Amino acid sequence: MAKRIDVTDLNVYYGAFKAVEGVTMTIEPRSVTAFIGPSGCGKSTFLRTLNRMHEVIAGGRVEGKVMLDDQDLYAPRMDPVAVRRTVGMVFQRPNPFPTMSIYDNVAAGLRLNGVKNKKTLDGIVESSLQGANLWAEVKDRLNKPGAGLSGGQQQRLCIARAIAVQPQVLLMDEPCSALDPISTLAIEDLVGELKNEFTIVIVTHNMQQAARVSDRTAFFNLRATGEPGRLVEIADTTKIFNNPSEQATEDYISGRFG
Amino acid sequence: MTGVPVVDEKPEPKGNAPLGGDNASTARLGDRLFGGAATASGVIVIAMVTLIATFLIVQAVPALLDNQENFLTSRAWNPGGDQPGFGILEFLWTTVVAGAIAMLIAVPFGVAVALFLTQYAPVWMRGPAAALVDLLAAVPSIVYGLWGLITFAPFFRPIQGWIESTFGWFPLLAQTGITGGTILFIAVVLSIMVVPIVTALSREIFAQTPLAHKEGALALGATHWEMIRTTVLPFGRPGVISASMLALGRALGETIAVTFLVSSLPNGAAWTWSLFNGGETFASKIANNAAEFSNPSRTGAYIAAALVLFVLTFVVNSIARIVIERRKAFSE
Ligand SMILES: Nc1ncnc2c1ncn2[C@@H]1O[C@H](COP(=O)(O)OP(=O)(O)OP(=O)(O)O)[C@@H](O)[C@H]1O
Ligand SMILES: [Mg+2]
Repeated sequence: MAKRIDVTDLNVYYGAFKAVEGVTMTIEPRSVTAFIGPSGCGKSTFLRTLNRMHEVIAGGRVEGKVMLDDQDLYAPRMDPVAVRRTVGMVFQRPNPFPTMSIYDNVAAGLRLNGVKNKKTLDGIVESSLQGANLWAEVKDRLNKPGAGLSGGQQQRLCIARAIAVQPQVLLMDEPCSALDPISTLAIEDLVGELKNEFTIVIVTHNMQQAARVSDRTAFFNLRATGEPGRLVEIADTTKIFNNPSEQATEDYISGRFG
Repeated sequence: MTGVPVVDEKPEPKGNAPLGGDNASTARLGDRLFGGAATASGVIVIAMVTLIATFLIVQAVPALLDNQENFLTSRAWNPGGDQPGFGILEFLWTTVVAGAIAMLIAVPFGVAVALFLTQYAPVWMRGPAAALVDLLAAVPSIVYGLWGLITFAPFFRPIQGWIESTFGWFPLLAQTGITGGTILFIAVVLSIMVVPIVTALSREIFAQTPLAHKEGALALGATHWEMIRTTVLPFGRPGVISASMLALGRALGETIAVTFLVSSLPNGAAWTWSLFNGGETFASKIANNAAEFSNPSRTGAYIAAALVLFVLTFVVNSIARIVIERRKAFSE
């Protein structure tokens, strides 16, 4: 049930400030697309336009087109709530709901969708936690607070929470940046498994990670500070890392940036 | 917290042996002064509460021993004299019922206003509106008393009439012939008085809900209201409980406005469950009769009544504490 994303000529603003300019790209279904680029070039900003989370920020505004298969996400009659149920998101800092148990965290999205049946919930909570490789660690304490888990476990809980509602696309904004190498590896493995079902977009500052997990890589850059960020190129990951078309990409990857 | 060492990362002068952490901090004057001051204030507060309680008990016990009536279940109030007989049932009923109704109105309404101010109102409006609410919370209660008497009472009278004629068959709403300071009227004025307290404190905590939690809910496909329900309300729960307790404390103990408005009942008036009955609260009864504190036996009776109010607020606060503590693991 994965979907393709087609972005055409997208500009993203914070009030009067244009943060991202002229992005056109295609994100393939059932694959992992990595976004790389220097800090402040608009990776998070752009990512958040893909599930309409950008407009949650006061003054946040978008020009251009984002198509999810044949649906225009920014069509006037499109409901952002429906978009976010289809395009899930995992944040940089794990953010489980602190007032909820582990179980309730995973069930939260389902309950929002009106699922009440205990059996159904139990089943999906278990399969989501298993999908997030967390089940074995928490199955005996499902009623304990989610905030009591370790950082890496919390992040996997957030992934379980996101996949429990069966989205078509999963957006991950530096999901491993607050985690140790072991948890990072666990999540990378997980991404590799999840791509069989979902379209995955992952922002990362870690080149090795991009190289390890992604099928395609998009490189974003800033021409200068204060200028909007833009997409430099997007191609198969092996091509970006071995034989990029643009000099800027080559410089960034080989560490000759700036 | 006293004497907890906070060791600064200060480079040691060359050649000196590094100081032990404990040594370094206990020697620090500021730490010791502050620690000492904090301990002293804590001890003073506890000592004062104990002293006040002791004072009240010592004064009340002789009067209670002489009492010819059951203190808790009697509605008579004839303190002092050779055959003193007094009970607090009327005040307890009026105080608790008026306080409870005031909370039933004020908490939902106050929380709704706080939610509106933090989650729905346009950004330019939030600051000024919040300042206004804070200002309202600081209005002296005599102002509410005056307003209640002069403006609100004439407005409330036809409403009461309508309720009595429509729902009078229901014992709690039966007609009594009393129109001024009925229990329900007092409760409504109290609720108006404490709404700003509930709103001011709830607003403060709702506004602190971490953006990460709210975005987490939105990213799951929560609507605005669902986001509030899954993150803002649970996050603010302890604060709302505290705010409600503070408001209830104020409502139960409110003296001047209630003294102003209350319709006192003649001694020996028939019992009715109706909320349209009159009746003194603890605070108004004591305030209305302050002039009578002529001998220890009379005074003792009033002090015993005050003690019950003291215990009442204490119990209410303890329950709130327990409710908050029980969910502590789930609220960071
Ligand atoms: N809430 C905001 N309001 C205004 N400007 C913002 C906001 N968030 C980000 N920006 C600006 O938008 C630009 C892009 O920021 P963004 O967070 O998307 O960068 P990023 O590529 O994700 O960086 P990093 O790698 O450090 O996470 C920056 O210039 C930033 O200052
Ligand atoms: Mg970012």
